[in-house]
Amino acid sequence: MLRYTVQRLLMMIPTLFGVAVLVFVMLRVMPGDIVELRLRAEGAQVTPEILAMERARLGLDKPMLAQFFDWMGGLLTGDFGISMWTGRPVAHEIAIRLELSLELAILATILATLIALPLGTLAALFKDRWPDRVISVFAIAGLAVPSFWFGMIIILVLLWNLNWIPPLTFTPLLEDPVKNLSQLIWPALAVGYRYSAVATRMTRSTILEVLQEDYIRTARAKGVFERLVVARHAMRNAMLPVVTVIGLEFAFLIGGLVVTEQVFNLNGIGKLFVNVLARGDYTMIQALVMLVAAFFIFVNFVVDLLYAVLDPRIRYG
Amino acid sequence: MKLHLVVMAAVATALLAPISAGAQTPKKGGELKFAVSAEPPDYDCHKNTSFAFIHPVRPHYSTLLKFDEAKYPAIVGDLAQSWQVSPDNLTFTFKLKPNVKFHDGSTLTSADVKASYERIVNPPQGVISIRKASYADVGTIETPDPLTVVFKLKKPNAGMLAQFASPWDCIYSAAKLKQDPKFPEKNILGTGPFKFVSHTAGSHWIGKRFADYFEPGKPYLDSFRAVFVGGAAMVNALQAGEVLVEFRGQSPANRDKLVAAVGDKVSVVETPWICNLVVGFNTEKKPFDDPRVRRALSLAIDRWQGSQALSKIALVRDVGGVLRPGYSLAAKESELVNYPGFSKDIKKSREEAKKLLQEAGVANLKFKFINRNVGMPYTPVGVFLIDQWRQIGVTVEHEQLETKLYQAALSSGNYEAGLDFNCDYMDDPNILLIKYVSADKSSVNYGRYNDRKLDDLYERQMRATDPTERTRLVREFEKHALEQAYTIPTIWWHRIIVYWKQMKGWHLTPSHYVGQDLAEVWLDR
Repeated sequence: MLRYTVQRLLMMIPTLFGVAVLVFVMLRVMPGDIVELRLRAEGAQVTPEILAMERARLGLDKPMLAQFFDWMGGLLTGDFGISMWTGRPVAHEIAIRLELSLELAILATILATLIALPLGTLAALFKDRWPDRVISVFAIAGLAVPSFWFGMIIILVLLWNLNWIPPLTFTPLLEDPVKNLSQLIWPALAVGYRYSAVATRMTRSTILEVLQEDYIRTARAKGVFERLVVARHAMRNAMLPVVTVIGLEFAFLIGGLVVTEQVFNLNGIGKLFVNVLARGDYTMIQALVMLVAAFFIFVNFVVDLLYAVLDPRIRYG
Repeated sequence: MKLHLVVMAAVATALLAPISAGAQTPKKGGELKFAVSAEPPDYDCHKNTSFAFIHPVRPHYSTLLKFDEAKYPAIVGDLAQSWQVSPDNLTFTFKLKPNVKFHDGSTLTSADVKASYERIVNPPQGVISIRKASYADVGTIETPDPLTVVFKLKKPNAGMLAQFASPWDCIYSAAKLKQDPKFPEKNILGTGPFKFVSHTAGSHWIGKRFADYFEPGKPYLDSFRAVFVGGAAMVNALQAGEVLVEFRGQSPANRDKLVAAVGDKVSVVETPWICNLVVGFNTEKKPFDDPRVRRALSLAIDRWQGSQALSKIALVRDVGGVLRPGYSLAAKESELVNYPGFSKDIKKSREEAKKLLQEAGVANLKFKFINRNVGMPYTPVGVFLIDQWRQIGVTVEHEQLETKLYQAALSSGNYEAGLDFNCDYMDDPNILLIKYVSADKSSVNYGRYNDRKLDDLYERQMRATDPTERTRLVREFEKHALEQAYTIPTIWWHRIIVYWKQMKGWHLTPSHYVGQDLAEVWLDR
């Protein structure tokens, strides 16, 4: 197991390096200049000397290779650099938003899992009967409705019926749990619904598949209670693809909630992503892409480890 | 008769309402929550250009003079108690208010004013002063005593006094600037009505009442909280009362939505805005190097009908030339209709336009028109213009770009024609006409042309201290600019503010950059 874990960890390094090279090059070939945008886009009369001075300050006058090695050198020492737009450390800009994004992702995952596992199992057990059909309608609607649209509907319902909207600013969970949840439960619901729909469909189909396996038939032939057959034998084996889906969806939520965060005015990683992309803030974009890539890789790693826990064949293979 | 009396009473009540509201005794306390749809990148007034900076930062600072919010463009002293301009218009002497304190308890003197303006006029190495060019006429700054500061100009400048009321010219502590000329980039230390408390990036900004503010009894608010929220979320927040106001401006649709939802709990105030959308032609690209083509495209635009239609859906309303309609130096309607493209006989104008295109050999002109992908008011005005040009047989492709790409296209000259804007904190021609001055003298001229006649008229109006002479020169400038049509004004913006009625003491001005120190704002709770 240790060898397997170390192997998986080492595989992360070339992947992250590849992402770093790709994002660095792609940003440099895109048109647009943060200095122009920052100093001239509001119509200010700025001289070319000032623009040149600002470019030099940001290191944009250096050759591309030198910029790349500066950045990589920083990454190796844990220094993500300074935001070209705000002048504040990139790590700080991300840290103040990560708490919200992580909490939202966790909340949405909890909601989705709590909905998806029982509903998916029920649908499989009652295949082609009315519970299955009702659950299918619920799940397909969840897949069809974009989460940001559902979020907008939630806000409008709250606004027009209660004349209330969720708080506009973030309060940490430990500081005031009620205020915190009154802000985050709504986007978690909006995102969690779609998320649960994906997981429900996956749970249903994998349980159906597993229920056809010989070992299930054997268990039933041995006279094992149906509840135990489902819980111990079917669900455990059906969980591998479900865990993958849940893991990937969770990783997507960090940085992927671009529109939902705008709808609810959440100060998270997704909204930050949109803002820094619009500004062409290279250091911030590079750091955010690396963060999201690292997160995806890490979640994949955890999912792989869970595979090994759930399926001994992988562990000993 | 009875009905007439009721109507008259209603009108009288409506007219008197703001007056009686204004006469109320301000109440102290409370926190004003307002929305800002963007966020300041750093804290340095001398380096910034956006309303997103002014709205949260201005309450922390004072300036030498400021615009009288209720009587714009009248000027009142902020830090200055009085001022004098010499008869030759070369010496500006300001007497400062005594016992003005910075938020750290230190006392403001003329040295602080001098250090702040020196930073604008002659920025030290590494410091960016965006408005350096506007103060090119300042020769020396002297401080004969701790409460007197004297600006000596190299040449007279008709707009200079108003420039001292610029909301961007924050006065910093000389001691702090001496320690670190970049101190204001990351720190807030002013003499304004509110002390800085915190800035949570991406979320909100908090300021609290400065007890030692130099205006006795002010500010009335205990604190303010600027919440960074834009788009539909901002309108929802306004409707729910989560924020009481957004100071930049609402679209007509949002205004109507809010009034329908909230009713008489909100007030709506409107004014012509010192912002204009202009069409810029890249004169280095054919056929826009030909004045006949540019002029034809200006003649095709029915600004008068367009203003009526667009004002219902977009935040634009008034037809004007190079200066805001209603401003004392702006062209009156009777003058305006004589300029090409401003006649009310659109049929005749379009016939002339077609003839000009034929003469220029581009009867079936096709071009790409770049625009910002900002919905209000860029998209509706862009669509309107394309339809106007279609009516003289010109085919235009509308390319809406995100601001970064749009700015890159304008700056690099990689465009044929585009919708540009001209927006500033005051109406003065020195500020607003720079857009039309030759490209080798103006960095905001994206038309890439040089026209020495415009440069000469610009320079002369700047030096003309006689208002009649200055008006004449501005008219001449305007006539020439519109005839050459390098850059053509379309329709001026219209500022609409919707605010909850418990907010009092704030006055609407034609600029979203001025009147934002919040010193007189109070809450009727």
